[in-house]
Amino acid sequence: MSDLFQCSVREISEKLKKKEISSVELTQKSLEQIHKTEPQAEAFLTVCEEQALAQAKKADEVLAAGTAQSILTGIPMAVKDNICTKGIRTTCASRMLEHFIPPYDAAVMEKLNGANAVMVGKVNLDEFAMGSSTENSYFKKTKNPHDLTRVPGGSSGGSAASVGFHEVFYSLGSDTGGSIRQPAAYCGVVGLKPTYGLVSRYGLVAFASSLDQIGPLANNVEDCAFVLETIAGKDPRDATSVDSRKADFSSGLGKGVKGLRIGIPKEYFGSSLNPEIKEKVLNAVKALEKEGAEIVDISLKELDYALPAYYIISSAEASSNLARYDGVKYGYRAQEFDSLIDMYRKSRTEGFGDEVKRRIMLGTYVLSSGYYDAYYKKAQQVRTLIQQSFVSRFEQVDAIITPTVPNEAFRIGEKTDNPTQMYLEDIYTVSINIAGLPAMSVPCGKTSSNMPVGMQIIGKHFDEKTILNVGYTYEQIRGTF
Amino acid sequence: MNYETVIGLEVHAELNTKTKIYCSCANEFGAEPNTKCCPICSGMPGVLPSLNEKVVESCVKAGLAMNCEITEYSKQDRKNYFYPDLPKAYQISQFDLPLCHDGYVDIYVNGETKRIGITRIHIEEDAGKLIHGLDGKESFADYNRCGVPLIEIVTEPDFRSPEEAHVFLETLRNILLFIGVSDCKMQEGSLRCDVNVSVRPEGQKKLGTRSEMKNVGTFKGAVKAMEFERDRQIAILEQGGTIQQETRRWDDAKGESVLLRSKEDAHDYRYFPEPDIMPIHIQAETVEEIRKTIPELPNEKFKRYMDEYGLSEYDASLIAFHIYFAEFFEKCIQEGGNPKAISNWCLGDISKILKQKEQEADAIPFAPKALVELTKLVEADKISNTSAKKVLDRMFETDKSPETLVEEMGLLQISDNSFLEGIVDEVMAENPDTPAQYKNGKTNVLGFLVGQVMKKSKGKANPQMVNPMIKERLEK
Repeated sequence: MSDLFQCSVREISEKLKKKEISSVELTQKSLEQIHKTEPQAEAFLTVCEEQALAQAKKADEVLAAGTAQSILTGIPMAVKDNICTKGIRTTCASRMLEHFIPPYDAAVMEKLNGANAVMVGKVNLDEFAMGSSTENSYFKKTKNPHDLTRVPGGSSGGSAASVGFHEVFYSLGSDTGGSIRQPAAYCGVVGLKPTYGLVSRYGLVAFASSLDQIGPLANNVEDCAFVLETIAGKDPRDATSVDSRKADFSSGLGKGVKGLRIGIPKEYFGSSLNPEIKEKVLNAVKALEKEGAEIVDISLKELDYALPAYYIISSAEASSNLARYDGVKYGYRAQEFDSLIDMYRKSRTEGFGDEVKRRIMLGTYVLSSGYYDAYYKKAQQVRTLIQQSFVSRFEQVDAIITPTVPNEAFRIGEKTDNPTQMYLEDIYTVSINIAGLPAMSVPCGKTSSNMPVGMQIIGKHFDEKTILNVGYTYEQIRGTF
Repeated sequence: MNYETVIGLEVHAELNTKTKIYCSCANEFGAEPNTKCCPICSGMPGVLPSLNEKVVESCVKAGLAMNCEITEYSKQDRKNYFYPDLPKAYQISQFDLPLCHDGYVDIYVNGETKRIGITRIHIEEDAGKLIHGLDGKESFADYNRCGVPLIEIVTEPDFRSPEEAHVFLETLRNILLFIGVSDCKMQEGSLRCDVNVSVRPEGQKKLGTRSEMKNVGTFKGAVKAMEFERDRQIAILEQGGTIQQETRRWDDAKGESVLLRSKEDAHDYRYFPEPDIMPIHIQAETVEEIRKTIPELPNEKFKRYMDEYGLSEYDASLIAFHIYFAEFFEKCIQEGGNPKAISNWCLGDISKILKQKEQEADAIPFAPKALVELTKLVEADKISNTSAKKVLDRMFETDKSPETLVEEMGLLQISDNSFLEGIVDEVMAENPDTPAQYKNGKTNVLGFLVGQVMKKSKGKANPQMVNPMIKERLEK
């Protein structure tokens, strides 16, 4: 049975189409696996057995009629719990939204439902997607599939773990500063953050609007490509979404990397990088070179400024985006209060966790009159510099490879007392969001403690095809580890 | 000491677009609470705004009508503050790059034209409404108004009296009505203003400290608020005090303003660019397209009515600056009416009747053509002026044509020569001494005799014909 869950989306789709297994059977197996694994994994916040089986039944009808338009039809998957699902509670792993049931689907859910995908449940995250370990969830602490004492990363920890524990075939996560790629690297799965604007954010509970992007996590690169081409596309409800002319991401895979110029930025391989990870990533680069890629040493000097700029911009936007959770309309409201202001204060104090409050305060501060120019405005200037820097590097190269994270997955509780240490986990990923570029983490080995290592492949705006191709090529040659 | 009052206005006008500014909810007033809202305008998690392009168009149209520059690259910003009628806890507005800026509006006040500077016009969303329970313990939020599109028009501090500000508000309302971007219904709150008032000793260049008054919902209220605030500030200065910069709330029922918050407690709105909406790029061609849709504006009408129709400056201003009269007046002219006669009827009896009914000219129940018919009847001597007024009164009550009414009311003037001669002879025979009296200088017998003829004819004799007949007999 676990072999079944080792299958790729392509393989399982074939089995479904050939009627070797029905979607209902497959979904039951996924639910069994969840039932068996969850006591240790704790990846799921909500398992929707009934809806999933109903969706599977419908998928079987579609498959029987031979009208299945999508390769994803009938395949079980999980969705990060900050993506709105109609009629199914969407908590953002926060006490604030513990009982919130959206009356609407996110745009990506409409697309997946249209493809007759089967959602078996909603998965854990750091509260409101703020964190790098999923320890900031109000509900539970998700474990790393490779070591139950370690974190799965975050904030899409539940998304990465549910794939890593083989509870589902793929999942959706969201990435504001590395929240798909970092947990993918920690859990040994593939995670793709698309170009800003490729996937509609409608229905994704906003953390930092100018940085957030929904993307897939899966067992392999091709699976990510299948999911991406299903969820990509312009949505009139998201003004920042754009028309993706090249929405076909899976067809070009396998054409190889011959002649492709891959940039290696030296700043991403400095002294703060775990030497084992450095070795694994550089080995992967060598393997690609053998396949005919041209390796180019480049420099991205702005790296040092990316993290502070990221925390200023993301917190500023978050402070405004999370202001709507005030206890008035929906969500948590304090039991007792003696005035309107008191109700706001108590509801927000009791409804939000520490990390969320920390970022709201930080964001409120940097937007305050008298501080705006020194922080927010300057951070936006840094953002422009970083964008320009990437654009000019991409005149020299077709893709850039870096480590996804400087370290392997840390132990649960190890960094919870030191927020800035935690923030440093995002050092290699945040600049990609700041520049709005697409990037993917692909497993490229294991450390001596048997923890997965991920390499980050960064592409030009809307050139997901190239990074998918690089990742796919590498997957074919890397062997097992 | 004499003081000069300095006033600036911030006017919010709700636009009459079909849908709201960021979602597809209907932009309608008066529905049951929370029946005209959706996840977007009620601020649910994860939803996004998409800007209604008609809102941009309407704002640019208003800007052009007020002679503004149009910002080529504009954007929207978030204004952050907590209040239960604002479900997102921020209002999407415009901060440093409003759609329109640096315009002006000419107003006609006390026989002179005065130019009022328009600092800026920007777009933003309206908030909902709070309904407070009678027990004083509970409040209820109605989000129907959330996301209703607004334009905010900010003037320079160019007014020197509440009267000027009042005329501006009337003019502005008419401009917005003429260009059709807002219904400007004060009673529905679709036009509201904040008033900034300061006073300074006459001759002083530096502006005095201003106070801002919020929540002024009627023009009358605005004038009262400005007068109250002017007097309050002068009283403070007279007693040797200083004016504090503060925000006050106008209580129309009590006729006074009360302190809302002082400068120290002023909100820090933490404006920043709205990341969910793309910057607004308005191309020159678009501006020209919109410019073409602007009809003739009050100021242009004002000039044309004087030049083309020979109306007096005063009469022209009264019609041109009031859209409904202007529309009615122009339709009458199209129907062949005499401009001066129509203007006299509009500003005379029709205005009087409307005033009694507390209505505007859009409430005139009869067609412009009917008024033209009425004036033609007078011109053709078929009815007297006095009869015409009686007919007009009836025209406000029934949809019968003036001719039918004249007939029904038996007001048709008698101009039959031989019939009138007969009555005149009768009257002369009854008053045989009159010619002698007349010749002796008692000329008022003429009026007496005409009156007798009118009486005998039950008011229907054409006095203009009767007059010379009697005169002829008296002078014989």
